[in-house]
Amino acid sequence: MALNDITLGQYYPADSVVHRLDPRVKIVLLIVLIVAIFVAGNLLAYAPVIAFLALVTYLSKVPVKMMVKGIKPLRFILILTFVLNLFFLQGETPLLNLGFAVITKEALITAVHYSLRLVLLVMISSLLTLTTPPIVLTDGLERLLSPLRVIHFPAHEMAMMMSIALRFIPTLLEEADKIMKAQTARGADFESGNLIARAKAMVPLLVPLFVSAFRRAGDLAMAMEARCYHGGEGRTRLRVLKCERRDYIACAAVAALLALVILCGKVY
Amino acid sequence: MAEPIILADHVSFSYEEGGPLAVQDVSLAVEKGSFQAILGQNGSGKSTLAKLINGLYVPTEGHVTVCGMDTQSEENTWEIRRRAGMVFQNPDNQLVATVVREDVAFGLENIGVPTEEMPGRIEKALRDVGMLPFADRAPHLLSGGQKQRVAIAGVLAMQPEAIIFDESTAMLDPQGRREVLSAVKRLNREQGITVLWITHFMEEAAECDRAHVMHQGRIVLSGTPREIFSDVKKIKPYHLDAPPMARLSQALRQQGMPIRQGVMTVEEMAEEVARLCR
Repeated sequence: MALNDITLGQYYPADSVVHRLDPRVKIVLLIVLIVAIFVAGNLLAYAPVIAFLALVTYLSKVPVKMMVKGIKPLRFILILTFVLNLFFLQGETPLLNLGFAVITKEALITAVHYSLRLVLLVMISSLLTLTTPPIVLTDGLERLLSPLRVIHFPAHEMAMMMSIALRFIPTLLEEADKIMKAQTARGADFESGNLIARAKAMVPLLVPLFVSAFRRAGDLAMAMEARCYHGGEGRTRLRVLKCERRDYIACAAVAALLALVILCGKVY
Repeated sequence: MAEPIILADHVSFSYEEGGPLAVQDVSLAVEKGSFQAILGQNGSGKSTLAKLINGLYVPTEGHVTVCGMDTQSEENTWEIRRRAGMVFQNPDNQLVATVVREDVAFGLENIGVPTEEMPGRIEKALRDVGMLPFADRAPHLLSGGQKQRVAIAGVLAMQPEAIIFDESTAMLDPQGRREVLSAVKRLNREQGITVLWITHFMEEAAECDRAHVMHQGRIVLSGTPREIFSDVKKIKPYHLDAPPMARLSQALRQQGMPIRQGVMTVEEMAEEVARLCR
């Protein structure tokens, strides 16, 4: 098992307008887009969403192949949604009689509707993670959530935890690989046997990994304290997020899209 | 003699109340701009002493003063840690951010340096340790020596007066050790940054201004490296080995060769041998 070829997240590095958008704006717009997808009352209302998605994908320079790859893990749920809706929904206009079930026009429309909704949700969300490095995303989340500090929501602590996790994932993976090799050299078998046997074989890997992770945590805490870390208070930032013209344009575009989607739903 | 930046006055420390003392009655003065070493085998208390100096631990007895500030009073803690930075042993466990540049910024963010000032200070710090070309790399892809130099840059950006190195080369390969040590020597020489170098590699102490040997929580020997290493027998009880050249000169003297006392480095030995051959 090669552990070191795992890439973190699915960020696709490129220099595009979408990449340069303020992460806060991107997160908020994603939420609005998700709302728009749920609001869309009929198939026609999806047309502007699909057009918008195509446009943003084009602007972001993310290959379509990578967007499609995001749907792949979902294929079973997709098929299930489609099939269940198709066969079990009662409608008024029968299209096809299979003997054991009748497929109606309404059922077909609903099946397409729900599957399309799923695909669009996944594609639009992955567009965010494809165009935003995890650490920038964390930063954006922290800023968005920081007003909640009033009600003692630990926005800074959460973001710090996430960024430390991101920093240490490769280190711990490397270590897991090392321990695994060491245990294999001493006769441990990680690859054969049934599920339970393999789960049991993981114990000699996980125990040293956890012990070392705790030791690292202790070391890191001390190093952070030595570098004057004392929580989010009075902290300045290297990276300052600033909304620029492109961010306002993006907001306007998404607002227009939402209006269009609602309109399409009403007209039809 | 210049004023001491770090002053330990009869310091004792134990990890638990009434427990064994990890550091016992240690007094130490590190002058501004000097390069001092603390030597000792594992468990001699040298790491504990390092952590006592920048206020990570507070002495059970005695006082530690950094730039005139006592570590006992809590309001000094952050200023002490800024003035006396610390670089630790494990290069992996002291870098916080996923990008080198941002890791160097970490300390600056903590002490509230204005955003506009940061890029300049970060670049200067990285340049001083020769890591500027790596500013946008991920730390986990760097070598051990490079990681330690990033850690030094992180401390350096905070413009400290002294840096304490707690066995910062112990986990590095010889190449990495040379890289780090030469970067530190340059900082000491060119920028006058006071260095307290804690190590169990005797040869690293050969060129320092003053060395202290710790054993069972006490400082048992202090002096210039020449004074300490000139007599191999003197440090034997503390389970330390003199640097290779000191041992060689001792052995040669025993064979009746008139090698002068205090030969410490390969260059000096070469000179001595050349002198005898003439």
